[in-house]
Amino acid sequence: MDAAAAAWVDNSPGTARKGLDWREVWRYRELVTFLALRDVKVRYKQAAFGMAWAVLRPLAAMAVFTVVFGRLVHAPSDGVPYVLFAFTGVIVWTLFADGLDAATTSLVSNAALITKVYFPRVAVPLASVLPRLLDFGVSLVLLAVLLVVARRLPGPQVVLLPLVVLWCVVLAFGFGLIFATVHVRYRDAHHVLGLLAQVWLFASPVAYSSSLVPPHWRWVYALNPMVGPLEAARWTLLSTPPPGVPALAASLSTGLFAVWLGLRTFAHNERRLADVI
Amino acid sequence: MTGNAIEMNGVGKRYRLGGTAAQDSLREALAHGWSRGRRGAAPADESRDVWALREVDLTVPEGASLGIVGRNGAGKSTLLKILSRITYPTEGHSRVRGKVGSLLEVGTGFHPELSGRENIFLSAAILGMPRSVVARRLDEIVAFSGVERFLDTPVKRYSSGMYLRLAFAVAAHIDAHVLLVDEVLAVGDAEFQRRCLGTMETIGNSGRTVVFVSHNLDAVTRLCSTAVWLDAGGVRAVGPTAQVVDAYLMDATPDAGSRVFVDDPAAPVALTSLGLLGPTGASTGRIRSEDPVTVEVTLVLREAIPALDLAVSVETTGGTRLMDESMSDDSAGTAHLNAPGQYVVSLTLPPLLMPGEYAVNVWVGTAYETFVWEHSAGWLRLEGGHRGRPDRLISSQGTWTVTTPERP
Repeated sequence: MDAAAAAWVDNSPGTARKGLDWREVWRYRELVTFLALRDVKVRYKQAAFGMAWAVLRPLAAMAVFTVVFGRLVHAPSDGVPYVLFAFTGVIVWTLFADGLDAATTSLVSNAALITKVYFPRVAVPLASVLPRLLDFGVSLVLLAVLLVVARRLPGPQVVLLPLVVLWCVVLAFGFGLIFATVHVRYRDAHHVLGLLAQVWLFASPVAYSSSLVPPHWRWVYALNPMVGPLEAARWTLLSTPPPGVPALAASLSTGLFAVWLGLRTFAHNERRLADVI
Repeated sequence: MTGNAIEMNGVGKRYRLGGTAAQDSLREALAHGWSRGRRGAAPADESRDVWALREVDLTVPEGASLGIVGRNGAGKSTLLKILSRITYPTEGHSRVRGKVGSLLEVGTGFHPELSGRENIFLSAAILGMPRSVVARRLDEIVAFSGVERFLDTPVKRYSSGMYLRLAFAVAAHIDAHVLLVDEVLAVGDAEFQRRCLGTMETIGNSGRTVVFVSHNLDAVTRLCSTAVWLDAGGVRAVGPTAQVVDAYLMDATPDAGSRVFVDDPAAPVALTSLGLLGPTGASTGRIRSEDPVTVEVTLVLREAIPALDLAVSVETTGGTRLMDESMSDDSAGTAHLNAPGQYVVSLTLPPLLMPGEYAVNVWVGTAYETFVWEHSAGWLRLEGGHRGRPDRLISSQGTWTVTTPERP
């Protein structure tokens, strides 16, 4: 350790920062990994069913949707068995919604850390989103089994699935940053999110196909940033019709705007967190 | 090349009293924003501001150990939080050279459900230690902690002593140019504290820069060559530790006989004053060691609080607790502190302590909540000779008897 060569680290007044210091976040990547691993380990300790819970929730949602939308309402499912259609939608939605929820509460549940040690604060919401990938992976294995049983193997576009997953995670992270920042000051944020998530779920093509929406309104519908990833996920896994370019562009642009807003809001408030939390 | 490791210029930190109390719920904030019409036009209410630090200038040369002493609320912890970048200064400039390790709490980041081994890696990552370094030093850390056999047991099953040892073992192996330490010695038993102190000494001698905050003045004197005395957010004195500590003690003593506290009108219970009285009832800081001492606490109760208890404890300047007397020890005691109003509570202590200086602490609370915890609320200076035995703290005034057994 060469003390003489060490660089000065400044702490000057003012809270607002234009952007996050991603190089610093990279230096703290091990912390992000450990926090994410901690969440995974803690969640399944002392739970008899362990990882099964990751699958049981989406399975239950799928069962409800199949009865209500598939049997009673006869919602269109783009020519795919409704069970597969709904399960794909539900696991993609769960990845997003659970990630968003975890990110929102992450800062407050790690208050002890934030007020006692310095590290780039964004590590906390970032690490809280990542464990959802594991849940998603487990659900995906189950979906793969269902696909094999139904003899509906996905086409070559399945190689694009990781991109779609990344899209969901980035969205959850971006929206999560906005809610987490507000949550630190006003605990109402979590309640608002609960309400919003319920409405949002039915405003997204989870239980039904966006072919219900008249074609010339589809791009407006796709301003909901989750429309793009949901449709894209079904296309990669179930070979349903791919989302159109206008819809993709609409979802991508609102999504990117939200992520930009999240990063900005967070950077603006990052230094203040320890004083407010 | 040697230079400074820490430089602070005109550093100040302002806190708003009660945090965001004015707009604690979203509803109020929305209503507030509505009536204000426009964002960003909030009138600054200066009266609710508190400066935890103001105009602090400080330089610490590389490799030095700096002690920080001062009363509760003098700004010691805020200073460490600014140095470690946990919080930002409101004004001025602070900079630190090299990697900073902050040890503001023993067991930062420990999770009760995880095993000892998992917690070592987690806590180390939080403290900024690379995984490879931890893996290499794991045996060392484990040996230091002495919990080898329970390494794969969740730490929630640990005794508090094992937990502390493991947590400190990780912290003691931090690789940092500048180490910030806050009151780690305030926890644990005497053996643990001795061990911590030894480790701190080793770290201090290894060429690293250490900033050490403690109420334990003996530890500060032992570990630090220079010290800063913070008082009400400002630097009162800085220099060789022995001088600063002496000045701090001297300052604390004269007004110790009767000290008046700043009353927070929002608190349900507030300490108004503390008096240390000799047998004549005169409020002086100097009392003969062979006389009983009366601790007189004046407090205001603004709400009726069931089962309110008050405790007075006495410590050496080194932080060893000699007495801790609580009103509830005397079953009749607590029944008196029930209705709102002003109370004067007195405790008379028998003449047990040897001449010297002692900190008198006051605690008011219930089994669930602490309302007042004033460390070093007063300083008791006992005068007199120690009859050739300066090492003892207590003279029991025991009764000797000598008999000669009669032979049949």
